[in-house]
Amino acid sequence: VDIRTAGGPATDEEMGAVDELLGAPTPAAHHLAYGGRAARAQRHLLLPVLHSIQDRVGWVSRGALEYACRRLSVPPAEAYGVVSFYARFALEPRDRETVHVCDDIVCQLAGARTGGGVNCLGLCDRAPATLDEKHPVASPGKPRGQVRILRRAGVVDPESLESYRSHGGFRALSRARELGGDEVIRMVTDSNLLGRGGAAFPTGRKWDSVAKAPAPRYLVCNADESEPGTFKDRMLMEGDPFAIVEAMAIAALATGCEKGYIYIRDEYPIARRRIQDAVDQARVAGLLHIDVEVRRGAGAYICGEETALFNSIEGKRGEPRNKPPFPVQSGLFGRPTLVNNVETLVNVLDIVNGEFSDTRLFCVSGHVAEPGVYEVPLGTPLRALLEMAGARNVGAVLLGGAAGSFLTPGQLDVPLSFDGTRAIGATLGSGAVIVFDEAADMGRALLRIARFFRDESCGQCVPCRVGTKRQEEILERIFDSGEGGSDVALLSDIAQAMRDASICGLGQTAANAIASGLTQLKVLNDG
Amino acid sequence: VFGAGGGTSSYREAEDTDLIILWGSNSRETHPIFFHHLLRGVRNGARLIAVDPRRTTSAEWADIWLGLDVGSDIALANAMARLIIHNDLIAGDFIARATTGYDEFAQCVEAYTLERAEAETGVPAKAIEEVALAYARAETGMICWTLGITEHHNATDNVLALINLGLLTGKVGRYGCGLNPLRGQNNVQGGGDMGAIPARLPGFQDVEDAAIHGKFARAWGGAEFPMKKGWHLSEMFEAMERRDLRALYVVGENPARSEADQGHAVRLLSGLDHLVVQDIFLTHTAELAHVVLPAAAGWAESEGTVTNSERRVQRVRRALDPPAGARDDIGIICDIARRLGTDWDHPTSEQVWDECRSLSPMHAGMRYSRLDELGGIQWPCPDESHPGTQFLHARLWKEPVEGPRAPFHAVEHDPPVDRLTEEFPIRLTTGRRLDSFNTGVQSNLYTSPLRKSEAIVISPEDAERLGVAEGEKVRVSSRRGSVEAPVGVDRSMRPGLAFMTLHFPDQVETNVLTIDATDPKSGTAEFKASAIRIDRVEEKASV
Repeated sequence: VDIRTAGGPATDEEMGAVDELLGAPTPAAHHLAYGGRAARAQRHLLLPVLHSIQDRVGWVSRGALEYACRRLSVPPAEAYGVVSFYARFALEPRDRETVHVCDDIVCQLAGARTGGGVNCLGLCDRAPATLDEKHPVASPGKPRGQVRILRRAGVVDPESLESYRSHGGFRALSRARELGGDEVIRMVTDSNLLGRGGAAFPTGRKWDSVAKAPAPRYLVCNADESEPGTFKDRMLMEGDPFAIVEAMAIAALATGCEKGYIYIRDEYPIARRRIQDAVDQARVAGLLHIDVEVRRGAGAYICGEETALFNSIEGKRGEPRNKPPFPVQSGLFGRPTLVNNVETLVNVLDIVNGEFSDTRLFCVSGHVAEPGVYEVPLGTPLRALLEMAGARNVGAVLLGGAAGSFLTPGQLDVPLSFDGTRAIGATLGSGAVIVFDEAADMGRALLRIARFFRDESCGQCVPCRVGTKRQEEILERIFDSGEGGSDVALLSDIAQAMRDASICGLGQTAANAIASGLTQLKVLNDG
Repeated sequence: VFGAGGGTSSYREAEDTDLIILWGSNSRETHPIFFHHLLRGVRNGARLIAVDPRRTTSAEWADIWLGLDVGSDIALANAMARLIIHNDLIAGDFIARATTGYDEFAQCVEAYTLERAEAETGVPAKAIEEVALAYARAETGMICWTLGITEHHNATDNVLALINLGLLTGKVGRYGCGLNPLRGQNNVQGGGDMGAIPARLPGFQDVEDAAIHGKFARAWGGAEFPMKKGWHLSEMFEAMERRDLRALYVVGENPARSEADQGHAVRLLSGLDHLVVQDIFLTHTAELAHVVLPAAAGWAESEGTVTNSERRVQRVRRALDPPAGARDDIGIICDIARRLGTDWDHPTSEQVWDECRSLSPMHAGMRYSRLDELGGIQWPCPDESHPGTQFLHARLWKEPVEGPRAPFHAVEHDPPVDRLTEEFPIRLTTGRRLDSFNTGVQSNLYTSPLRKSEAIVISPEDAERLGVAEGEKVRVSSRRGSVEAPVGVDRSMRPGLAFMTLHFPDQVETNVLTIDATDPKSGTAEFKASAIRIDRVEEKASV
C-alpha cells in the first residue's frame, strides 16, 4: 500500500500479538492473493487486535498499527482514528504495568485528589479506587437489601457451572425451551419489565420487535457500565456470571437471534474473565445454542450508548448513530438487534420461572457507612435506602450518576420508581445513588462532572463537543469568582442547545446534573 | 470490433453489477473517479477480481488477485475461455444468433489448457479456474482494462482476447455487463470521437469510406482532403526516421518525454524541418519547437465539450480569462487557416459543435441546450428526442439481431518482444501513481503528501538478492540505455518484477529504458514490458 503510517516496521513481538488473534498470515504468494471481502469482513476484530498488541507490548506503535491494518484491510488513517478515540489505548510508549487511579466524583469524596486521574472505574464501593491492569482484584461483592436478582451473588462459586446449577441455574432455560419463544416474549411483556440501563424502555416490546424482524438478528448484552457511581452490573458479572449467559440464551431463543455479543467495559477484567469462562463452560456442556462472543471496551463512556456500542463492536470509533433507524430495525452490522442491559436480562430468569417481583438494583456510594449494591422494591423511598446504607447528615444526593440530577435533603422521601422520580424532575438512570454529606465541597463535584463530560464527549456533533467544553470553562470561572451573574444564564443557554441538538443522550444530559446542582444546592454566594 | 471505440457500459452499471474484473488496470490510482463507482458496486455486493502483475492498491481491494506474468494476458484469457467452454457455461443462443467466428475461436483456445496457462502466466491453475467459473456464472459482470492491456506490442490482440470472453458468456449489450477500456483523461474518449485518430473522421466514421468521405467533402464546400488513413503516432516517428515526415504540429502532447526509447524520439523531433507546438505549458517538446503557440487551458479558459469513459458528452465552460498571449484553440486554428488562405470566420464553440452534429450521426441529437438540461448525454444520440444510450450493443440481443454480428477473434499468446535473458533478467513494467499525471507537465507543479520521488521499485526478495537498500542509487540498464535511480522496496512486487513511473522525467528518464516495439494495429508502444538489469553503483566519496 502506498499509504503508510510514519514509523518503523512492526516488531516480531507486535506481529506475534496480532497473529495470535488472527492466525498466522497466509504465506506471501507471488502470483495470487485472496482478500477483498474476506479480509474486510474481519474489520470488526480491530479492537481485539489492538488489545492484543497493547496487552503484550504495553502500547500501540505506528508499526504495529500498520501491520494490524494490513492484516485486517483497514486504511491506516481510519485505524488511527479508532485507536486514538479510546482512552485505554496508548499511542506513546508506556509501562507494561499500568495502574489507573480514579479521581471521579465518588473517589474524590473519599479523598482522591482531582487532576490527572481517570474517570469512574466502577469501583465506588471501595473508593478511593485504583485498577492494576495486570493484577485486578475482585470486589467482595456482598449484596444487600431484599435480594432476588442478587441472591446468588456471593453465594455460588462464580467459576463453577455445577455450583450455579445446584442453585437452580439453567432451570429457566429449559423451561423457556418448553414454553417456546412466543410464550416467553408474552411473559416478559406481561411482567412490565422496564430496561435497567437508564432509558426504561419496555423490554417485552423490544423483544417482540426483534422477533418479528427479518433474520439474521443479533443479541447484544450491554455490559459497558460506565455511568459514574454505577457498579451493579459488575457485581452481577463477577458474582453470578452464569445467570447472564443463561439469560442471553433465553433472549436469543425467544427472539431468534443467531449470535450474541456481550460488550464489557475494559475496567472490569475480572467480570470479563468470569463471563468468558461461563460462556465456555456452558458451551462445552451443550447449554448454549448460539455463539456468544465477549467483547472488551477500551475506555469510552459513550460506548454505553447502544449505537456507539455497535460501532465499537464493528471496530470503529464509538460514535453514536442517528436514530431512527432503531436497533430493532438496523443495529449491529446493520441487522435487527436486541440490545439489553445486564440487570434487565437477569430479571428474565425469574420472569420465566414465575419468581419475578419488581425490585431494582441501586449502587449506593459516597458518604455512607456501607457502600454497595442494594436491591429494593421499586417505589421504596430514597430515605429508606439511605438509612439502610447508613447515611448521616445528608447534604445532597446525586441520583442517576453524572447524567442524573441532584436532590436536596428536602426531597429524600421521593419513591424510587420511574414515575416517582419523574414527578420531581429526576431520574433513576442507571441506579447510581451518590451521597454527599453537609460538609462536602459541591463545587468540586460539579466541576468534576463537567470535566467528565468534556472528556467523554465523542466529539462527533458540535453542540456536545463545544458545549461540554464551554460548560466546564464557565463553571471554572464561576467557582473562581464565587459569583454566577450572567454566566448562569449562559450555562443555561448552552444546556438548552446541548439538549435540543445533540445526537445522543450524552450531550442531551450533559448539563442536567450541573443545572440541578446550581439551582438546588447552595454552591454560589448569590445562589 | 463492434464498430465504435468506446466503453460499452455506464458508470452507474459498475455500481449494480455482480462481478467486475479489473484487467491490467490500477484504477484506484489511475482512474480514481471510476474507482469510486466501482467501490460502490463492491459495497453493493459485487465481487472484484484484479488481474495485474503487481498487487496494486486496486488489487488489495479485490476478492481475488491474479498476479500474472507481464504479457501473458492472452494465455490467461484463452485458458479461461477454454474452461468456460468445457464446463458448458457458454451463452450458446447468444453466440449462435449474434456472433461469428465461434468455431475457429473455440478451436484456437483448445490448446490453452490450465497447465499451459499456469506455465505461461505463473498463476496457479486452480485460481484461473475459480475466476473463469465466477465470471461465467455471474448473472452480470464487466471487464475493465487500461494500459496494462494496451501498452503491449500485441495490444489489439489483448483487447480482442477480453472481448472474446464477453461474447462467450453473453456479457455485453445488457445492463450491468460490458467491456470497458477506462480512459485516463477527461476527454481521451472525446479526442477519438472527434477524429483525432488516423483512420477516422468525427463520429468514428471511416475516412476511406467513399460515401462518408463525400458527405464531409460536400459539407466542407468541396474541400479536398485525403481519402486514405493517416499515420498513428508510432508510424509518424517511423516516417520521421525515413525523413518522409518533415513538419509536425503538436497540440497538447509531450512526445519528447512520453515516447518510448526517449533518446531516439528527441533526436527525431530535433531533426524536423518545422515543429509547431500548441500547449498551455512550455513542455520539453515545446523547447525543441520552431514555433510555440500558447493555448488557453481546455478546462477553465475555453468553451467546448468533453467526453468521458462512459461516452457522456458534457459541456465545459470558460471560468477564467486566459493569461495574456494565450488563446483559445479554435481561434488559433482558424487564424492558421486564414493565413493559409481559407476564411473560416470566427465560429463559437457551439457553432463548431453544431457542424459536428450535422456530420456525426451519433452526436446529432446533442444540442447544447440538451446537454445542459440532461447533464450530458451518452452517445449514440441520433436525434433530439433521443435520451442517449446508457450501454452499447443492446442490438445484439434484439430479435432479429440488428446490424452486423459481433465477431470472435482467435488470438494467440505472444510474449513480450524484449526477452528476459541472463544479461537482462528483470521484467520492468511502467505505470502511474495517484497523485501524478503522465510526464508530470500538469501535476509536478504542486506538492502532494503522498508523492515519492521516482524510484525503481522492486520486491523485498530482489532487494536482498542484489544487496541494495531502500533509497540506494542503482544503475538500471536495458538493451537501449541506462539510467540511475534510487531503489524502492515494495511488497506489492514479486521477485523478477520491477516498476517505474514516468512522472518525473527530470529525475529519472524512465523512457530511456522502454522498448518502442509497437502494436501494428493501434500504434501503442510496449511500455509495459522491458527487460532490464539492476546494478549497484559504486559508493562515491561525496555520498
